Amino acid sequence: MAGVRVLVGTRKGAFVLTSDEGRRDWKVDGPHFAGWEIYHLKGSPVDPDRIWASQSGGWFGQVMQRSVDGGSTWDTVGNDFTYESGAGTHQDFDGTAKPWAFKRVWHIEPSLTDVDTVYAGIEDAALFKTTDGGTSWSELPALRNHGSGPQWQPGAGGLCLHTIILDPTNEDRIFTAISAAGAFRTDDGGKSWLPINKGLLSGEIPQQEAEVGHCVHKIAMHPSRPDTLFMQKHWDVMRSDNAGDRWVDIGGNLPTDFGFAIDVHAHEPETVYVLPITSDYLHVAHEGKLRVYRSRTGGNEWEPLTKGLPQENCYVNVLRDAMAVDKLDECGIYFGTTGGQVYCSPDGGDSWEAIVRDLPAVLSVEVQTLA
Amino acid sequence: MTRVHLPYHLRDLAKVDGEVTVDGATIAEVLDALEAAHPALRGTMRDPASGKRRAFVRFFACEEDLSHIPHDEQLPGPVLEGKEPLLVIGAMAGG
Repeated sequence: MAGVRVLVGTRKGAFVLTSDEGRRDWKVDGPHFAGWEIYHLKGSPVDPDRIWASQSGGWFGQVMQRSVDGGSTWDTVGNDFTYESGAGTHQDFDGTAKPWAFKRVWHIEPSLTDVDTVYAGIEDAALFKTTDGGTSWSELPALRNHGSGPQWQPGAGGLCLHTIILDPTNEDRIFTAISAAGAFRTDDGGKSWLPINKGLLSGEIPQQEAEVGHCVHKIAMHPSRPDTLFMQKHWDVMRSDNAGDRWVDIGGNLPTDFGFAIDVHAHEPETVYVLPITSDYLHVAHEGKLRVYRSRTGGNEWEPLTKGLPQENCYVNVLRDAMAVDKLDECGIYFGTTGGQVYCSPDGGDSWEAIVRDLPAVLSVEVQTLA
Repeated sequence: MTRVHLPYHLRDLAKVDGEVTVDGATIAEVLDALEAAHPALRGTMRDPASGKRRAFVRFFACEEDLSHIPHDEQLPGPVLEGKEPLLVIGAMAGG
């Protein structure tokens, strides 16, 4: 029977939410890794029962977990993320040179074709890869070494590589995004990288059109159009139709274009979802109302989606990895809040219902569509 | 054999209950043995790159804080004799 499995990472553990294709009745399993921060979980597109989890904490550092049974049981895998030699420095908050130092894994991106290959985006920003199922991890060092690395400076959340997008039509093309450095693309499997930030105008930095220094919050892509990217930047919602070579602002009539999460409808490549957040000073839902905004025109024209969402006294945030879409015939949209709610819309955003309301603060949401 | 008392999260990671016993007469040897017997603990008590104790991990034994002694220094006699455990502690924090 078709259904969905929602993987939720929180400040105090992971939860696995499952439902049939109706997405009205849910089973909540967890917490797994209770007490640990789970920045991200993601399943393999090749084998959905193979799921990876990034488990970390202030006391005991980074642990990587792998499940081979759909999240019922877990085993640790390798957690050594040692930078390539000659790691060099990036900029610290005060502008001084600071040696790269591993802190945690922010994002896990399993290969689209090989069950044992997984990419990991880490803080301090770098891209790692395993080809042996997680036993060992190796850096793709050309990203930090392409030239701009010493200029990278952390955003308030840390110098984190939080977005990894694999091109389904070209295995050599990977997009990454780093706060607060910007977006980058490789066309040769990671041997060389190009900053792809032209058109981003960031008022938070002295030179608005700088090659790097942009606080990209998240990028989304529809697999049928790998040259079209949608970006939620610190401020601004952006779009590129040439694989990041040039970006244009598509914020249009959004009430605020600050936010973190962005995603694309599974079957409509021009239908985009964002969740506007008041501002960089006020990381809460705009006007106390939790509203997803949908554009059916690839941006610029946005409609608020509110049915089933709180429209008063709501002051939660939705973080960058906390929105996802399923691939069922009627596309489901999901997001989790810092207030611990996980919402599902089984009808493309028209109506919403909380799957759970009182989890720890949600850090990430991913969805697996099960056959 | 050295008795080691691990904190809850590390027992959970290692999938053990109660104390564990390993060979080792120094903190370094105990940590080496713990990580060899329980690979899930690698990197959790000391940084894998520098080998330094994690900031919020402490080592206590015989009512003494051994966190700052050299890791190759001999553990106290009662620990080596198995009369007292080496305590691995997650430092107090909260709010």
